[in-house]
Amino acid sequence: MAEKERRKKRFDRSVKVRSEGLYAISSWREMGFLAMPRLLLILGLLVLPLTLDMYWQRVLCTAGIYALLALSFDFLAEYVGLVCLGGAMFIGFGGYTSGVLNAYFEWSPFVTIPIATLGGAVMSTLVLIPCLRLRGIYFAIVSFMLPLFSVYIIIALGLFGSTEGISALDTLPNIWVEQYVVIGAIIVALFAIRRLVNEDIGLIFRAIKDNDQAVRASGISITSYRIKAVFIASLIGSFAGAYLSHLYGWLGLSLFAMDFSILPIAAAVMGGMGTLVGPVIGAIILTPMSEALRGFGQLRVVLYCLVLIGFILYKPEGLMNYLERKYHQFERWEEV
Amino acid sequence: MDREPILQVNGLSKAFGGVQAVLEVNFDLFKGEILGIIGPNGAGKTTLVNLITGFVKPDAGSVLFKGKNIKGFQPHKIANLGLVRTFQVMRPYHSLAAFKNLIVPLNSPRVRRTSGGKLGDRDSVAIDILEEIGFERDARVPYKTAGSLPLGYLKRLELARCIALRPEVILCDEVFSGLSMSEIASMIPLLEKLQMEGITIMMIEHRLRELFRLADRVAVINFGRKIAEGIPKEVMEKEEVKVAYLGTGKRK
Repeated sequence: MAEKERRKKRFDRSVKVRSEGLYAISSWREMGFLAMPRLLLILGLLVLPLTLDMYWQRVLCTAGIYALLALSFDFLAEYVGLVCLGGAMFIGFGGYTSGVLNAYFEWSPFVTIPIATLGGAVMSTLVLIPCLRLRGIYFAIVSFMLPLFSVYIIIALGLFGSTEGISALDTLPNIWVEQYVVIGAIIVALFAIRRLVNEDIGLIFRAIKDNDQAVRASGISITSYRIKAVFIASLIGSFAGAYLSHLYGWLGLSLFAMDFSILPIAAAVMGGMGTLVGPVIGAIILTPMSEALRGFGQLRVVLYCLVLIGFILYKPEGLMNYLERKYHQFERWEEV
Repeated sequence: MDREPILQVNGLSKAFGGVQAVLEVNFDLFKGEILGIIGPNGAGKTTLVNLITGFVKPDAGSVLFKGKNIKGFQPHKIANLGLVRTFQVMRPYHSLAAFKNLIVPLNSPRVRRTSGGKLGDRDSVAIDILEEIGFERDARVPYKTAGSLPLGYLKRLELARCIALRPEVILCDEVFSGLSMSEIASMIPLLEKLQMEGITIMMIEHRLRELFRLADRVAVINFGRKIAEGIPKEVMEKEEVKVAYLGTGKRK
């Protein structure tokens, strides 16, 4: 009897625990309310290429690369507490790995991209491991130096075409494949990370961000978890890099360009830090905007900066946090 | 009582620059007892806890836990051996729900090992522990984010995180500080219960009256040195202890 009672209590509780996190779904309306933004995003991303002309389709591919970088930046900064300015290193390692495999062994991009995703991530993680004992601004500075460091190693040793780079790499079959590969990657990465941060491993990442000393006191090695987190983030970044080298059919030192470290941060600030989807949307807005402003010549950078400063001053929470707040004021589609 | 020492601290010393925070402190912690560590502010009590649990590297001395020297071990290694601590300034994971705070220790190698992989639903286990430590099961408190909890609950959460690790020894760093009398009154039975369950406790405390209700023995620390040790009543009678707490009384 007592056993039965206890089991019942336990059952009630676990229902409660889960329902607190997931809301009580009681009607189609509620389900619609919850599913709507997600569906809108997925459908939006899938339909977007159909509405664009050739030029803007190329821009979308580039925007996708920045979106992936912004996602990995946001994950590391807001869920693990590592502000990583080494986006260019992920791109560089991924891009060089896949480009070199393609140029020297003539493997198809469909083989080199997965290999470079893994290989680039392993290399980036190995390089970052010695820096993981650093925190905050110190980690940011060191991670910012690493791409520069890599550039000079390549020049000094005359590796992989040195300053010239390697051109005439294989590209993906056509523009549609190019677009949907990157869009698919964004959707998969986004939802995978969203799920991950609520699993046990993700909770430990967030705990490390909130208080790393307390995590150590709980018997968990923060270094090993940080390595896991960096590996996950660099998987995303290296994929973007590998994709990039096949998108342009070229690899060179500009894969380590500062843009890849900085622009994702701007996208994350604009889209809303910590929302994961925000930075993706931020990148998809910012990259075409910078493209559209090309006509203004040097003024382009000024306008670009104004938009950013505007966001930081007047909407520091970012687009996504703002929209989310407004959306939840709809009272789940019920009439008030 | 069984007089088997579970933790032996020998000649432990640490200087921060010119400040000798801890100097040649020796004491034994016996299995199943509650040992109080008292001393004026800045006496080196918290440093002592940091030294024992590996958060600060000692300059000299040794720490034996169950006969094994753990000096120089990483903090998480020491916690996994069953020697855990609380923090004086609470360190909750403020963005996580209170019960999710316990998911961290529940994923430690120690818990995985001792439960033999049969822990079951970690959320339920976490809430069981929180209930044991005085969170009302049916209230919303366990599900609130830790950042929004009042101080009393945070102190309990700090203790709950230790208990989740199934420790053998808990080093409590001022678990009563900042709590109201009634909150303290409800914490005391908790610590007594832990002792009944066979957990050895070392408590750093400023609230002497409450500490003396609990502690089997106390040690007094002043300027990094241990100046007295024994059963509470006798210790407080000693001249050095009175001087440390009340001053020399030379100036009138």
